[in-house]
Amino acid sequence: MKKPVVIVGSGLAGVTVARELRKLDADKPVVIVSADDGGFYSKPSLSNALAAGKSPAQLLLTPRETLAMQLKAEIRPHARVTQLLPAERAIEIAGGRTPRLAPAGRIEYEQLVLALGAQPIRLPIEGDGAAGVLAVNNLADYAAFRARLEGKRRVAILGAGLIGCEFANDLRLAGFAVDVFDIAPQPLGRLLPPVTAAFFRQKLAAAGVCFHFVAGVVRIERDGETFRLTDNGGGGHAADIVLSAVGLKPETALARAAGLAVNRGIVTARSLATSDPRIFALGDCAEIEGMVLPFVMPIMAAARALAKTLAGTPTDVAYPAMPVVVKTPACPTAVCPPPAGSAGAWREEATADGVKALFEDAAGRPLGFALAGSPAAERQALGEQMPAWL
Amino acid sequence: MTKYVCIVCGWVYDEAAGDPGHGIAPGTKWEDVPAAWSCPDCGVAKADFEMVAV
Repeated sequence: MKKPVVIVGSGLAGVTVARELRKLDADKPVVIVSADDGGFYSKPSLSNALAAGKSPAQLLLTPRETLAMQLKAEIRPHARVTQLLPAERAIEIAGGRTPRLAPAGRIEYEQLVLALGAQPIRLPIEGDGAAGVLAVNNLADYAAFRARLEGKRRVAILGAGLIGCEFANDLRLAGFAVDVFDIAPQPLGRLLPPVTAAFFRQKLAAAGVCFHFVAGVVRIERDGETFRLTDNGGGGHAADIVLSAVGLKPETALARAAGLAVNRGIVTARSLATSDPRIFALGDCAEIEGMVLPFVMPIMAAARALAKTLAGTPTDVAYPAMPVVVKTPACPTAVCPPPAGSAGAWREEATADGVKALFEDAAGRPLGFALAGSPAAERQALGEQMPAWL
Repeated sequence: MTKYVCIVCGWVYDEAAGDPGHGIAPGTKWEDVPAAWSCPDCGVAKADFEMVAV
């Protein structure tokens, strides 16, 4: 029998590769190896599910059995890949006594796709409460978070980046008291220039989000059912739940151990091939032509290109400029970062309703933008004017 | 009027509302939305939308 395309990871990247491949090739055998139960859910929806009135169970869009049928793929749930064996064109899967774990074994592949995702970064924090800090990186984490929220009132969020701000807005809309801490002086520090950030901050603050900037949490202690947080200025804060959202680290351990080229992420060319021509990588684990882009649109673009390659037509990924939408209803926001290393400067135009910021080169050509408030509606039209990323 | 949901991000195409920001007038039936149109939030293709009962 023909060996399958083996996809490790059943998140958006892995599932989309399989879905796009099926549009081009109905018969090629596909095996998807999943660390969780292998159903498909919308990860971007985790940070706005409260306002949308959705329970964790309702977020599961396609249960595993249905997904397997739709994709004509074998999905192996609760399987932990322990080793990649490029020389033997095989991977090894952990066994275990837990019945939920797939049996130990090896799977040989024709081509291997690494769609391993990323892991939440954990900050070093002192105190006996540090182990109680939650992070949400998948549907199971989210279900646990929602269960903990029952009957609670005060949530502390570590990190005022995209995910931290989205969760903060969502929790406020559901009536929780929300404190957000960040060592940076502004929200969305890596994405927004200062005037835009100030507008964003004011809108979220008006919605009731309590920001603490230039304030890293250094110590967390348990105080009965609650937590006592200490920031780097010595300030004390109380919370019932602490959620960490300080960023993601590409999952590279398997690739590194197998001798594949790894930098920040698993290194790939525009073909999405790693340093082994039969192994491909995409999504949050991959560094494609030097770019790590853990967002939906780049993943879809990469998955479409890779599906063509797997179906027999070698195809390089092309990235148009892809604006990122920040799902904060208190302040509609869209950001299209300028290509890394671009020379230029931000020009910010503020009105009562929002801020439109353009990143322009010396000749005044826009290379990127940040829009907060009513200008956010211009994101699509502006996005089409931006230079392609790849 | 029928609604269609993006299977990736949950964005909803409402035929009554259309997608005026991208040249789809309010009242445009799903079958009349061009195949090249994509989800304004996440970029998935029209083919990756599913009808939702409302």
